[in-house]
Amino acid sequence: MASAVHELTPAEASANPPAESIVVRFAGDSGDGMQLTGGQFTLSTALAGNDLATFPDFPAEIRAPQGTLFGVSAFQINFGSTAIDTAGDVPDVLIAMNPAALKTNVDALKAGGLIIADEGEFGERNLAKAKYAANPLHDGSLAKWQLLAFNISQLTLDAVKPFGLGNKEALRCKNMWTLGLALWMFDRDRQPIVDWLKAKFAKMPVLAEANIAALNAGHAYGETAELAGPMKQHHVAAAPAEPGLYRTVTGAESISLGLVAGAQLAGVKMFFGGYPITPASAILHHLSRLKEFGITTFQAEDEIAAIASAIGASYAGQLGVTSSSGPGIALKGEAMGLAIMTELPLVIINSQRGGPSTGLPTKTEQSDLYQAVYGRNGDAPMPVIAARSPADAFDCAIEAVRIAVQYMTPVMLLTDGYIANAAEPWLVPNMDDYAPFPVTYLETVPEGGFLPYARDEKRARPWVKPGTPGLLHRIGGIEKQLGTGNIEYGAANHQAMTEMRRDKVLGIDVPDQEVELGEAGGKLAIVGWGSTFGPIHQAVRRARKKGLDVSHIHIRHIWPLPGNLGALLKGYDKIIVPEMNTGQLKTVLRDQFLVDARPLNKISGQPFMISEIEAAIEEALA
Amino acid sequence: MNDMTPVAKTLPKDWETDQEVRWCPGCGDYAILKAVQRTMPEIGARPENTVFVSGIGCSSRFPYYMETYGFHTIHGRAPAVATGVKLANPDLDVWIITGDGDALSIGGNHTMHLIRRNLDCQVLLFNNEIYGLTKGQYSPTSHVGTRSPSTPFGSLDRPLTPCAFVLGSGARFVARAIDVNKNLPAVLKAAYAHKGTGFVEIFQNCIVYNDDVFAPFTEKANASASQLWVEQGKPLLFAGGTKGLTLDTEKLVLKVVDVVDGDWAAAHVIVHDQTNRAVAHMLVEMPFGPFPMALGVLYDDPAPTFESAVVAQNAQASAGKKPDLQKLLSQGQTWQVEKQPHSM
Repeated sequence: MASAVHELTPAEASANPPAESIVVRFAGDSGDGMQLTGGQFTLSTALAGNDLATFPDFPAEIRAPQGTLFGVSAFQINFGSTAIDTAGDVPDVLIAMNPAALKTNVDALKAGGLIIADEGEFGERNLAKAKYAANPLHDGSLAKWQLLAFNISQLTLDAVKPFGLGNKEALRCKNMWTLGLALWMFDRDRQPIVDWLKAKFAKMPVLAEANIAALNAGHAYGETAELAGPMKQHHVAAAPAEPGLYRTVTGAESISLGLVAGAQLAGVKMFFGGYPITPASAILHHLSRLKEFGITTFQAEDEIAAIASAIGASYAGQLGVTSSSGPGIALKGEAMGLAIMTELPLVIINSQRGGPSTGLPTKTEQSDLYQAVYGRNGDAPMPVIAARSPADAFDCAIEAVRIAVQYMTPVMLLTDGYIANAAEPWLVPNMDDYAPFPVTYLETVPEGGFLPYARDEKRARPWVKPGTPGLLHRIGGIEKQLGTGNIEYGAANHQAMTEMRRDKVLGIDVPDQEVELGEAGGKLAIVGWGSTFGPIHQAVRRARKKGLDVSHIHIRHIWPLPGNLGALLKGYDKIIVPEMNTGQLKTVLRDQFLVDARPLNKISGQPFMISEIEAAIEEALA
Repeated sequence: MNDMTPVAKTLPKDWETDQEVRWCPGCGDYAILKAVQRTMPEIGARPENTVFVSGIGCSSRFPYYMETYGFHTIHGRAPAVATGVKLANPDLDVWIITGDGDALSIGGNHTMHLIRRNLDCQVLLFNNEIYGLTKGQYSPTSHVGTRSPSTPFGSLDRPLTPCAFVLGSGARFVARAIDVNKNLPAVLKAAYAHKGTGFVEIFQNCIVYNDDVFAPFTEKANASASQLWVEQGKPLLFAGGTKGLTLDTEKLVLKVVDVVDGDWAAAHVIVHDQTNRAVAHMLVEMPFGPFPMALGVLYDDPAPTFESAVVAQNAQASAGKKPDLQKLLSQGQTWQVEKQPHSM
């Protein structure tokens, strides 16, 4: 039964020409399989040739009590025929599987947008759990949107009846029914989903068949049901893209692949020490399946053991890698200092999440920049790189490996929950395009004798594998004597070694900063880092279309900063730094360059909206 | 620096470094260092294949004095660093040097997991029942009532028994020795010969902050009556063979019995079986005083090691797979975007 409470007038329709992109949000109970539905819809969208960006938004609880407001899990996808940089500010379509999902998500929906609701879930108990006094499907409170409500639960039960499933199991197919409807709405091919279901349930063919039946039923419902106005098919044309082979990739996948690629380019084996933590665990999961690439993965007893074992592996000649999120990175702090003191290569990945303390485990934030750059005892310089997107994280991981092995230093790679979980299309790189940077271990006593803390032209010390005859030596966390590396507490020596460690990191060859969009100089620069790339880029693009003098600068190398960055920033009248924290890069830029960088902060656990940055641009240039 | 060919036999002095040893005069650590340097040639170890990994504390300076590879790490974390070293290169001989604070307080967690995983390495725990390097605070092995700068009225918390802790964590080799005792090299040899984590608690006298804490069983006058050196296949005898340990079969506890005219069999003295885990538990838990201090190799029953399992699984999971990175990158659901007709 369909009930439309608002129909577009011809005037409204002409005011909203066919969109280049559409934003759809799937929302349901955390047990409803919304992430799965979203993921499969993403896949079909990518296969249809659209550009896309996604935003999975789920609760920290694995199975929060059913029907509750805090148990709502949502997945948003923005797809279109033009370049898509963000998961979209406001959804055009909201699919709400229960009252709680409607309540927590409907306010984000664009005015005039479409709500599809499972009427079968809007019983008294669920309405009460969502704290609705009256049924919103009937009380007119949704009048500013278009509403389609039908009993998806019952329709699913009907569709899977022939398979003799229990009621609970049958209702689990609801998400496939919904996906089927969404696939019809956006003219998507069902076959990849059918293939996927067959593979997923290869051992339980009846479940595969039931899910496929639900998928087909949802699709058929769209095709044949006599639905009122708002329910119509949209066709979003394929986005023009550089020719080549594409796949969808999440940040966790691309970082894992980038580490594998980096280790191959360096010609070293990789040791990954990890400890489970949201949202970083996915990297451990990915790498643990890739043993044929010379990777050893080790789930340690805690965060400290994870990094300490990686340091031990680096000492023994492999590339040590560890990964965590803010709270775990805090625990690793002392060991990072050890890697700095002993000058061993190490890659530390921080998938940032909302903090402090346990904070918001499943929400995104960029609030670990201070921790990355400054968060250790003593003068403990360490290079820091930040990935801007899932696809970019691949190159960032390679860059982190390069710096680690060429400069004999730990390197931190910053990503965040948004990048780790979000998917985007990725033009599969050709590894022949990457220059190898092979590692050379010191294997014989050099002319003039062996010094464990001798320096090469990059100020890096030699990497000697235990097991090498003639090069026996001892290292440790106590201050080292210049050259010999023996224990040395002398005043002049400590001054010299501290400066050596500082200069080594400051001397890293960081590529010059480029301007992503706009001019090198002008009225306003929007300077970002990390996952704010999408909204900043779109906001600057829109503002420039309106003729505003604004440019986008996005920093990958957080430490050391690019050599030309200070001069570049001084070429703008105003600088705004949008960050999902209270202004951390802003502080670093002010400190390093004495520029009047102004903060634009969002600390809600949600990514920036394009319109929020656009508004800041317009205000600054008003 | 040594200039040895790989086949040359080493001498104890080949294992000494040019570094000035900085322990207090009279410290038990000197005796342990000598014992280790004496043991290395006897077990046929190679300096270049040997890595000493330590944490923080007086004992943890040890690697600087061994002419091998060495890593003086951070407080409590030596087992974790050593795990990475051994997994990255299983051919290395890894020795962990630690103390009672390092291994059982700040690093207790890592010790537990090292032991349960059974990494092939030796752990020498220098137990002096005190924090030496930080100037004398009581430690997790100090007796109740230990007066120290942090416990001027006496410590209140009960100490743990290191060997009981590691047995509880699944240890497959547990031994005890005394810093200055002549049997120490033999115990070290047995630990090295054991494939898996060889755990050795060494009673080490801290001459400055806890002098003579072990005197009740280490003093010459007390030694015979209070030290029970176990030997595989030999009866558990002490006090010159006049006393032994037997099992009270009703209460299932150990009991001291007199042995008359050397007839230990008549007194039902237990014959040491180093693979008997239940007896090992009883030996390490024996309260000193009513019982002697059990020393030597108390338990030795090898089990598969962690690094060998990792190597085997890595090999098995890689079997028949080519590490083709380009193929890996192109996996999953992919699609081809063709050249636009108007381009080029």
